[in-house]
Amino acid sequence: MKDFNYHSAKDSKEASKLASSSSAFLAGGMTTIPSMKLGLATYKDLIDIKNIKKLSGIKVSGKSVTIGAATKHVEVSNSKDVKKAIPSLSSLAEGIGDPQVRNRGTIGGSIANNDPSADYPSACIALNATIHTNERKIEAAKFFKGMFETALKKGELIEAIEFQIPEKSSYQKHPNPASRYAIVGVYVAKHKGDVNVAVTGAKSCVYNDKEMSKALSGNFSSSSIDGMDLDSSEMNTDMHASAEFRASLVVTQAKKAVDAC
Amino acid sequence: MASLVGSRVERKEDKRFLTGKGRYTADINLANQTYAIFVRSPHARASIKKLNIDKALKSSGVVSILTGKEIADDKIGGLIAGWAIRSEDGTEMKCPGNPPLAKDNVNFVGDPVAVVIAESLAEAKEAAEKVEVDYKVLKAVTSTADAMNGDTIHEGIDKNLCFDWLLGDRQKVKEAFDKADKVISIDIINNRLIPNAMEPRACVADYNAASEEITLYTTSQNPHLSRLIMSAFGNVAPEHKLRVVAPDVGGGFGSKINVYNEDIVCSWAAKKINRAIKWVAERSESFLTDIHGRDHVTHAELAVTKDGKFLGFKNETIANLGAYARVFGTVTPTYLFGPCATGVYEIPAAYTNVKAVYTNTAPVDAYRGAGRPEATYTIERLVEKASMELGIDKTELRIKNFPTAFPFKQTLVHTVDSGDYVAGMEKAKQMADYKGFEARRKESEAKGKLRGIGVTSYFEACGIAPSAAVMSLGCGVGLWESAEVRFNPTGQVTVYTGSHSHGQSHQTTFAQIAADELGVPIENIDIVHGDTDKGTFGMGTYGSRSLAVGGIAIVNACKKIVEKGKRVTAKMLEANPEDVEFKDGEFIVSKSNKKKTIGEVAFACYLPGVRDEMKSPLPEGDEPGLKETSFYDPSNFSFPAGTHIAEVEIDPETGHVKLEKYTACDDFGRIINPMVVEGQVHGGLAQGIGQALYENAEYDETGQLMTGSYMDYTMPRADNFPEFNIGYTCTHATTNPLGVKGCGEAGAIAAPPTVMNAVIDALGGQEVTMPATAEKVWKACKNLKKSNAKAA
Ligand SMILES: Cc1cc2nc3c(=O)[nH]c(=O)nc-3n(C[C@H](O)[C@H](O)[C@H](O)COP(=O)(O)OP(=O)(O)OC[C@H]3O[C@@H](n4cnc5c(N)ncnc54)[C@H](O)[C@@H]3O)c2cc1C
Repeated sequence: MKDFNYHSAKDSKEASKLASSSSAFLAGGMTTIPSMKLGLATYKDLIDIKNIKKLSGIKVSGKSVTIGAATKHVEVSNSKDVKKAIPSLSSLAEGIGDPQVRNRGTIGGSIANNDPSADYPSACIALNATIHTNERKIEAAKFFKGMFETALKKGELIEAIEFQIPEKSSYQKHPNPASRYAIVGVYVAKHKGDVNVAVTGAKSCVYNDKEMSKALSGNFSSSSIDGMDLDSSEMNTDMHASAEFRASLVVTQAKKAVDAC
Repeated sequence: MASLVGSRVERKEDKRFLTGKGRYTADINLANQTYAIFVRSPHARASIKKLNIDKALKSSGVVSILTGKEIADDKIGGLIAGWAIRSEDGTEMKCPGNPPLAKDNVNFVGDPVAVVIAESLAEAKEAAEKVEVDYKVLKAVTSTADAMNGDTIHEGIDKNLCFDWLLGDRQKVKEAFDKADKVISIDIINNRLIPNAMEPRACVADYNAASEEITLYTTSQNPHLSRLIMSAFGNVAPEHKLRVVAPDVGGGFGSKINVYNEDIVCSWAAKKINRAIKWVAERSESFLTDIHGRDHVTHAELAVTKDGKFLGFKNETIANLGAYARVFGTVTPTYLFGPCATGVYEIPAAYTNVKAVYTNTAPVDAYRGAGRPEATYTIERLVEKASMELGIDKTELRIKNFPTAFPFKQTLVHTVDSGDYVAGMEKAKQMADYKGFEARRKESEAKGKLRGIGVTSYFEACGIAPSAAVMSLGCGVGLWESAEVRFNPTGQVTVYTGSHSHGQSHQTTFAQIAADELGVPIENIDIVHGDTDKGTFGMGTYGSRSLAVGGIAIVNACKKIVEKGKRVTAKMLEANPEDVEFKDGEFIVSKSNKKKTIGEVAFACYLPGVRDEMKSPLPEGDEPGLKETSFYDPSNFSFPAGTHIAEVEIDPETGHVKLEKYTACDDFGRIINPMVVEGQVHGGLAQGIGQALYENAEYDETGQLMTGSYMDYTMPRADNFPEFNIGYTCTHATTNPLGVKGCGEAGAIAAPPTVMNAVIDALGGQEVTMPATAEKVWKACKNLKKSNAKAA
């Protein structure tokens, strides 16, 4: 690992002021540190944001759950409030990586990174999340732009993620047996008006499957999507799963999610 | 005094391991040490056109950079294959040179070409990036099955073929097949695995200019063997000027048998720069350069009568050696594989033919089970298929072909001294509730799931091995083991063993044995291993040999202590040595009932005299002191055996295989410490089930390792396993005084076919290759649905 400067920011303002084209925020470090160790990324400055009080914590209102960006996965999975308001969100957090990763990794780091097989992006899409940054509010649907790409501008800091509490929801992941990231993860959320079927792992970026959403909005039963033949042409193929298998898994996991709602 | 052998004595080593006090190679730091980083080939096959170190030499903190040229100039030898195999046509195997630093050609990704030595690790890394190597990239050979058709990797080795070996009688097999009612045939792949010891390899080399001695601390399973190889073949230093220390070692599974490039290079370089050098592998280096295991492609056939008697067996295998033949690389797919491929069965005629090929991949060598998992997988998949095709219950078919009388002369090589295979099968069936399976299958079906049951009966040949036997078959060394028992004047005992513990609990089990033999409290016994300057020459730990060979050496050395004690007691108590008995730490003269404790005798041996008298407790001919050595050469291998039964449930929609139940009923002869044996069985099962369901080392066609980290190489985790249901039958080995058999590899040997037989049973007999990953199983489920629909 190459030498770098370490800064600990005391508030969002200082953090974004320190940011430059050769810096990264340091939240859990679960992505940043390994990529630096492997020489895949080099930064001149790491700006630690874990000590910014405002970025941690969980607030629940009648309609939404707001989670500070530096909140760790373990805190989300253990939170009684989250368990009560959106149990599927708590179980999603519980299924990320392993205890070491959950004890350090943060929700903000996860969505800023936007790994195509990360779990949280699907929650943001399914639960109509709003991403609060130090500059603005961004709807989840407009936040995830592509593989490892988001709407964040350089130096823009996520402060919190606000999830809409659904009527019912479930997240079903078919994990990569080695890394335990999602080969396919499907987050189904039934809101008052409509149903979201957010899919992660299958394509280069998380997306809301319109076809399944429509079918389920009409009839919220797994039978309405059973046997659906999804187009696999844009799906990922790697040594763990072919596009064809992923396409099948998307439907299977969606059905499981509906049944679990 | 109650006997300790057979009881669950708590592990003496746990305190230090659990409190972080273990002392591993990476924990060792010497004064003024430097740090080494190896520059490795990024290509699977290339010739080195130019290697330029000028820029790197100017990098800050660099002490020295050495390359293949200096290795060659200094006449440092290369890595070797320890077992010479002869082809069927009588020609000797063909092995390429394997210099510790490649000079002209590189043959796998990770092959080292230079070492950078610097004042700090960061500086060594930085400089290593500045070493410029100009490669001419050549077409790599990576596929086991096609290796013989690929470009020639090593000059003069035609078809990339190391040897084409035969064990058995082709003509007799042909005759047997001619008589058969049915021939069952199978094509299988034994997937390549990466051992993944928890502790990555490491070494610290030091040179003492005053004594001209090199000390190498290294992660080895066999420090004496390493010293021998480094001296005799590596030309690093003569044996008396080379000390090899393997301190706490965090797992080996065979991957730490070999002397590796880094051991030789660091030892040689430490003398050259006259400073200590430390090297610790990163996990990615372990993936690339530790020896890998398995990697066979096999076609096998079984000739049977219609009522299920086995008549003949054929086994045609291509075994991948990787880029070079290493220490046990050539014996693993031959003598450790072929003889066991006929399994626990009486098969009148059999042969195994193995073509061992070179490819541009990491060297393949002995990995837990070494050859016997591949053998057991071959025969047990075949027998399972036979049971399906013949319509005979899988347990009945096996029992029908078990030998019932012992010693059992197995078809190809071994004479198995003891066992009771029927009893093992019956007990396993009971433990697994074999009878209740159909009901459980229906329950699964009702949930839309597929359930399967798989059985394996295995025997294996371990506790390697009689020296005359193995040397007659080409082994470069004899596989005896040594022990030295030093009884100290004040009553404690230090036992030096040539075995090496890297997770096998020798500190406990060996102490239990010595405590019983000598009647000394276990707290007063220390087991010492892993330092060529401390104990006598020993062969080390692999092939489940520590107890069955090393343990017996301890027993024999203890017995010599007792014999001397009897003579001394007789002299002290003025009795006949024949009238002295030894029990629970006391020498008793049977006629007079007078006694001496072993402590008193030891004290007398070291202080042989009394004040005011000219009198010695030592009989004529006996020297002072109480220390005995034994070099034990076993008369045979040991032959553990057993039956394992697995049950899986498959979700046809996702292809997910859930291992629901796993039963292991093993015969390890006498068990010294049941807790330790359970640990060995659990670990072996985890690795065996890992091979069946999760682990796979995959190279692409250019020879890049695709599974070079835990993001892609599936190491099984605790939540992948059910509670293991473990039981034993016990027939004592008749070939050693403790009656013990090896237990270290059984799990890894039996589990792969057991689990795969269950998976394939659930899939209605459709073959899937290991590991049975979700996608493969999902596809098979789709086919099953189609063929069921057709049938309906
Ligand atoms: C072994 C392992 C297994 C894993 N398994 C899973 C899994 O199963 N599922 C899953 O979803 N994830 C998984 N992860 C990822 C992990 O959960 C983290 O979410 C992820 O590593 C990023 O979070 P972090 O807090 O560690 O971010 P960091 O590594 O600290 O930062 C990552 C990136 O996000 C940026 N960033 C961080 N915080 C902010 C912020 N507030 N505003 C703007 N930018 C920010 C940083 O600048 C950096 O570029 C795994 C990771 C590992 C190492």
